[in-house]
Amino acid sequence: MPIEQYIFLSLALFTIGIVGVLTRRNAIIIFMCIELMLNAVNLLLVAFSKMHHLKLMEVNPNAGTEGQLFVFFIMVVAAAEVSVGLAIIVLLYRNTRSVDVNFLNRLKH
Amino acid sequence: MSVTEILFYSLSAMAIGSALLVILSKNPVHSVLWLIVTFVAISGHYILLNAQFLGIVNMIVYAGAIMVLFLFVIMLMNLSTHKEAKKNKWLQMAGVLSGGLLLLVIVASLKGAEQATLVAQTNEGSIGLLENLGKTLFTDYVIPFEIASVLFLSAMVGAVVLGKKTETTKS
Amino acid sequence: MKSALQLVWFIPLLPLVGFLINGLLRNKLSKTAAGIIGSGVILGSFILSLLLFLQVKEGATFVSELFTFIKVNELSIPFAFQVDQLSALFLLIITGVGFLIHVYSTAYMHEESNSHFARYFAYLNLFVFSMLLLVLGNNFVIMFIGWEGVGLCSYLLIGYWFKNIDYTNAAKKAFIMNRIGDLGFLLAIFWLIAKVDTVTFATVFSAETLQVLTPTDITGITLLLFVGAMGKSAQLPLYTWLPDAMAGPTPVSALIHAATMVTAGIYMIARSNVLYTMAPFTQGVVAVVGLVTALFAATIALKQNDIKKVLAYSTVSQLGYMFLGLGVGAYTGAVFHVMTHAFFKALLFLGAGSVIHAMHHEQDIRKMGGLKKHLPHTHWTFFVGCIAIAGIPPLSGFFSKDEILAAAWSANKIYWILGVIGAAMTAFYMFRLYATTFLGKFRGTQEQEHHLHESPKAMVFPLIVLAVLSAGAGFLGVPAVLMENAHWLDQYLAPVFAASKELTAGHAHHLSHSTEYMLMGVSVGIAAIAIFYAVNKFSKNPDLEEPAGFGKVLANKWYVDEIYNAIIVRPLFALSNLLEKFVENKFINGIVNGSGRLVQYTARQLRYLQSGQVTNYVLLMVLGMIALFVVMYFTKK
Repeated sequence: MPIEQYIFLSLALFTIGIVGVLTRRNAIIIFMCIELMLNAVNLLLVAFSKMHHLKLMEVNPNAGTEGQLFVFFIMVVAAAEVSVGLAIIVLLYRNTRSVDVNFLNRLKH
Repeated sequence: MSVTEILFYSLSAMAIGSALLVILSKNPVHSVLWLIVTFVAISGHYILLNAQFLGIVNMIVYAGAIMVLFLFVIMLMNLSTHKEAKKNKWLQMAGVLSGGLLLLVIVASLKGAEQATLVAQTNEGSIGLLENLGKTLFTDYVIPFEIASVLFLSAMVGAVVLGKKTETTKS
Repeated sequence: MKSALQLVWFIPLLPLVGFLINGLLRNKLSKTAAGIIGSGVILGSFILSLLLFLQVKEGATFVSELFTFIKVNELSIPFAFQVDQLSALFLLIITGVGFLIHVYSTAYMHEESNSHFARYFAYLNLFVFSMLLLVLGNNFVIMFIGWEGVGLCSYLLIGYWFKNIDYTNAAKKAFIMNRIGDLGFLLAIFWLIAKVDTVTFATVFSAETLQVLTPTDITGITLLLFVGAMGKSAQLPLYTWLPDAMAGPTPVSALIHAATMVTAGIYMIARSNVLYTMAPFTQGVVAVVGLVTALFAATIALKQNDIKKVLAYSTVSQLGYMFLGLGVGAYTGAVFHVMTHAFFKALLFLGAGSVIHAMHHEQDIRKMGGLKKHLPHTHWTFFVGCIAIAGIPPLSGFFSKDEILAAAWSANKIYWILGVIGAAMTAFYMFRLYATTFLGKFRGTQEQEHHLHESPKAMVFPLIVLAVLSAGAGFLGVPAVLMENAHWLDQYLAPVFAASKELTAGHAHHLSHSTEYMLMGVSVGIAAIAIFYAVNKFSKNPDLEEPAGFGKVLANKWYVDEIYNAIIVRPLFALSNLLEKFVENKFINGIVNGSGRLVQYTARQLRYLQSGQVTNYVLLMVLGMIALFVVMYFTKK
């Protein structure tokens, strides 16, 4: 498949993630949108890795491996992030009885 | 239209459609379910790109573990019955507009780039297979891999500390 | 004996050491110790100067370069001392008269407390150091350092009795007036640097450098230098500080404000004589300013009743004569007059100091009179000083003044006529002073009369030495008309003024002998008449009443101070007030406070951006990204 198609697909998913972050007030939904954005980036990374591989296959049969490993590490970080993030949200809910980010302006005061 | 193309477009439509539903649905539980669908579609893309390892990991870690965690938290809080307060209309509009603008601008700036000839390899190639990735991971990337375990440990500790009931929360 | 020349740097160093010792240890030294150190270092300098002078007299000149003072690109200013005929002569005057005055001061200042006594000698030594630096420097910058140094010392010594507010005001006045002149000097130095990239005398006055300078440059530089000289040497219109400078102790007036510092301007112009000879316009200005000052100050001196004020205006007037001499090209005559003036004016001031000492700090001559029998030594030395300054042969004043007047005659007859009128006035007011002070009956209180006493030896000794010098110094410059080849000073200074002589060689005309006799006769005759008239008039009935009519104008110094106040000081104050009110308060404060307020205001407005809403931040972030992409897109090559 032409790389352009992958770029547009990732871009679309990423933008949807951004719009979600910007328009929703539920902290969990915002969190999910962030995961969506991460995934859009992951997809693009894998697509680039394969593109790279196709181009340099003859020179280096392993070309592009790093890209996929990078995605792997992103997943690792994302998993850790989600566990901490959700813990924070739970704590938040316990304190405010709400997960509305609009109430999260305590730092202003 | 080859089978690959058919698969690509149908998976893309599925990903975008379910992603839209994630941000549009009112009920958080529905959002989570739609996000799982999105992830499944992305995993499909990975397999299409012959990155089977990542496809499986994505399914297990994201669509499986992480999303279940989300679902668990939502159900724990009983959020599905909560009515989410409507956001300011203007802000919503501004959000959508700026998101669209970003898309437009990036597309515009990509327009001139040389990419027409570049193609991502699909259906074949062995780099995405477990054997190759495993070898690289445990030779060249063994130190980052081990450090990642430290990251996990600290995340685990953090989650436990945060989740613990503290004196202040009791009152 | 090259060694004496090598030791030139010791000459200014000794007074500096004396200054440091007296200044730093002023609370520990006894009066005797301070006096011995203060006078001793000057004596050392004098002996060295004398050795140096003997060398220079043989024709040896020398430049002793100590280190490079400033080096910027092409411009290199060495810290170097130049010993030639002119500076050697000035060294002798400064250290010689300086030493006598130091000795005199040990007695005169004896009433001061220990630390103030030492402070006085420290200042005096610092002054001598600066003055030596001024005359020894081999370039304009070193000269300027000394120039500023003597200005500072003058300020410190005028305000020596700093508890009296009038005295400190006088000190400030002197300092500010000098600053105006100094600005001219500085500008001249900058002009020189800009044009020829050097300030060293030898280079500046060399033929190659002079070719680089256009006539405009030379006229400008010389005029600016003259402005500096005006300030330091108290010429119109910057002379008013000098009479006020009499607030300082009398020996200071003698040393700084009569014998040495005020002649710095003459030294500077004599040093740059080549430049002045090449700028006829400036020479005209110098001559006219000198002449006008001489007459102007002489008229004021006619009606002053303060013994020191009379001498101060007399100094201003005599300095005017020196500038007249410089202006008409009689450089030797001007330097000659500097020397003789240093002797007799120091003598007169010290004599006045002796009188003041005896009268317990009474300076009004109307309350004196008949001091002749009480102060015999002071009386006869003062008398010698008076006839010397009046220009009666064969005392020194006659020769030097006559040389200047002769040169004035050959330049412009009107100069001469006015000069002779000034000389007559000089004779008149000096003998008015003499007659009122020493002749007639004593007019003070009984108690004062009872305490009248001759001054101690330390004060009488310098008076006698100076009296001898005042009487005899004239024979160093006997004009050719009286004795062939007897003008020793002219021959001695010839190398310094050689270049100027060459320039004017074409149109220099010698006066015939008969004309010269006539000129001498007229000036001596008029002076003699003035003397007899004054002695007759004032020894019997001195004018004790307040002067009226025109005399009042003179007694009030032509109201110059008042005029300066009205046209310069007041408008300046008014302008400052105006600036304070509008520019300072409204404009500058407006900008300063306004920028503060602007920041506060914008911050208060920008604060609303910090809503604390996470979404808003994300939105702004996205907008930022968009902006970045847009920039990237449009700047893409």
